[in-house]
Amino acid sequence: MEQVEEVQQNQTVRLPRLGEPAPQFEAVTTFGKIKLEDFKGSWLILFSHPADFTPVCTTEFIGFAQIHSKLKEMNCELMGLSIDSVYSHIAWARNVEEKLGQKLTFPIIADLNKEVASLYGMVMPGESKTETSRCVFVIDDKQIIRAMIYYPLSTGRNMDEMLRLIQALQTTDKHGVATPANWRPGDKVIVPPPNTQEMAEERVKEKAFECKDWYFCKKTL
Amino acid sequence: MACVNPDGSISESGRALIKAAESHVTPEEIGKKIGQPLFKIRSSLRELHDAGLIAEKDGKYSATDAGKKML
Repeated sequence: MEQVEEVQQNQTVRLPRLGEPAPQFEAVTTFGKIKLEDFKGSWLILFSHPADFTPVCTTEFIGFAQIHSKLKEMNCELMGLSIDSVYSHIAWARNVEEKLGQKLTFPIIADLNKEVASLYGMVMPGESKTETSRCVFVIDDKQIIRAMIYYPLSTGRNMDEMLRLIQALQTTDKHGVATPANWRPGDKVIVPPPNTQEMAEERVKEKAFECKDWYFCKKTL
Repeated sequence: MACVNPDGSISESGRALIKAAESHVTPEEIGKKIGQPLFKIRSSLRELHDAGLIAEKDGKYSATDAGKKML
C-alpha cells in the first residue's frame, strides 16, 4: 500500500513595508493590462474596496474621482482594486456615471485571483475572507511605499486626508522637513531635530526658526 | 480602454496613439501630444507592440506598416 505523505507548506507572505519598493505586478484593469512600473515617474494611490455595486464603495469612488484632478496637479495618479471581474467594474463604472453623474477617470484592477490583494495584504480574514478591506498604499514616483492606511469595511475613507497626505509627503521630500499633526499646506513645518549636542546648542540660538526648545522648532516655508 | 479589441480592431485611443507614433517618439512625447497620462501610454504601447502595430527601438516608438494600415 502506497502511502502518500501530504506536506502542508506554510507559505509566508511578506507584506509591504514603508520605505521599501512597492511589490511589482501586472493586472487586468478597466484600462487594459497595466504594470505597476507603468506609473514610474508619478505618484500613485493604490486603493482597494470590498466590492462593486455597494453603497460605501460607491461614495468612495465618487470621492476619489472628485479629487482626481487635484491629485493630477500633484503628479499623482489613482488606481482602485477589488476581487471582482473587469465586466463588473465596467458595469459599475457605467452605473455610477449614469445614476450618480460621476465619471470614474482612473483604472480599477479586476483581481479575481487575489494576486495583487495577497501581494499587498489587502484581505483581512478577520473581517472578510472574500473581500478586500479599504486599504490605501501611497507609492511615490520612485515606486517606494510611502504610506499605508487601512480602513474597515464599514467606514468610508476621507478624501481630504488623501490630498493632505500626498501634499505632506511631497512637502517633506521637497524641503527636507516634517509636518505636524493636522498640518495643512501653508502651515508651519517641523524642522528635523539636531542630532548632536553642538547642533542642539546652535539650534536654540537660531533666529530663523520658532523654537519651543532645541528639539521642537517650526518654520514657515 | 485597452487599445486592441478581441476581434483585432483598434479603439479610438489606440488609433490616436499609432498616429502620434508615426515617427520615432518617446512615450513622454506621445503623452504630451495626445494628452493621456504616461502610465496609460506605456500600457497601450506595450499592447500595440505585442500586436505588431508599433515598433520600439532604443526607447522610441514608431508605427509599423500594419499599424499605419489601421488608421
